[in-house]
Amino acid sequence: MIETEAELLTRLQTNDKVAWADFLDLHSPHVYALALRLMKSEADAEDVLQETFASAYKAINSFEGRSKLGTWLYRIAYNAAMMRLRRPDAETVSIEDTMMAEDGRLIPKQLFDWCCLPEKEFETDEVTDKLEQAVRDLPDKYKSVFILRELEGLSTRETAVALNLTEGAAKVRLHRARLHLREQLSPYFTDLAEQGGYNA
Amino acid sequence: MPNDKCEHLLDDLSFYLDGKASEAVCAEIERHLETCQDCRVVVDTLNKTILLYRDLPQPSLPDDVRSRLYQSLNLDEFVNRADS
Ligand SMILES: [Zn+2]
Repeated sequence: MIETEAELLTRLQTNDKVAWADFLDLHSPHVYALALRLMKSEADAEDVLQETFASAYKAINSFEGRSKLGTWLYRIAYNAAMMRLRRPDAETVSIEDTMMAEDGRLIPKQLFDWCCLPEKEFETDEVTDKLEQAVRDLPDKYKSVFILRELEGLSTRETAVALNLTEGAAKVRLHRARLHLREQLSPYFTDLAEQGGYNA
Repeated sequence: MPNDKCEHLLDDLSFYLDGKASEAVCAEIERHLETCQDCRVVVDTLNKTILLYRDLPQPSLPDDVRSRLYQSLNLDEFVNRADS
């Protein structure tokens, strides 16, 4: 039987343990993935994960169902992560705007065409690590949009709701995130192409 | 990026690659790409960047982290329910 969100919500609000276990089964991997990508360590990601569900548990009776439960949960998780990152003992060094032109736009500087490297060059663990690291290195405001929209598969609207942004702002940030990532990844793939003798 | 035209088109490249740009914008971009090597590189590598992230595996939730989460909510009895 497929349960609707409204049915699950009702069960959660009556403190049904099975419902809470279902809710954790469904959402905890996604909340953890978000936390891991936002935080600087696995321990911090775990703290954010626990805080998120503890907060959801406390707040579930005031949840009105105007967004999806998952979207609401991502919002709690994002806020928990940001609170934690801004603690005085947390590392607060930001690369915010280091790649920006004067007006805040990112102008592409990496202009080697590595897109047509053989597929096998992209299918290594090293590339997976590079991709994850490039996301971690994004400025926070672009990172959160990119993770929710591209990696967690939310719609633009859901992403905007989770992060308390307009849809227009979410679209602009997504685009800037992609440009940043392209810029960050290009030197690595350019090296791979040159070492492999694949000159575009 | 050599000129203003390139910068002007840059803002629309995500819409273009997502298939959300208007016909007029697509035509303008495609016309520009015919003569601008730099923008072709940006479009190709931006597109590849997007595709690489679509294939990125989701990090997994380690068993011990999952167990501690269930414990933190007094739901220990459900941690291994899928296995039984
Ligand atoms: Zn151009």
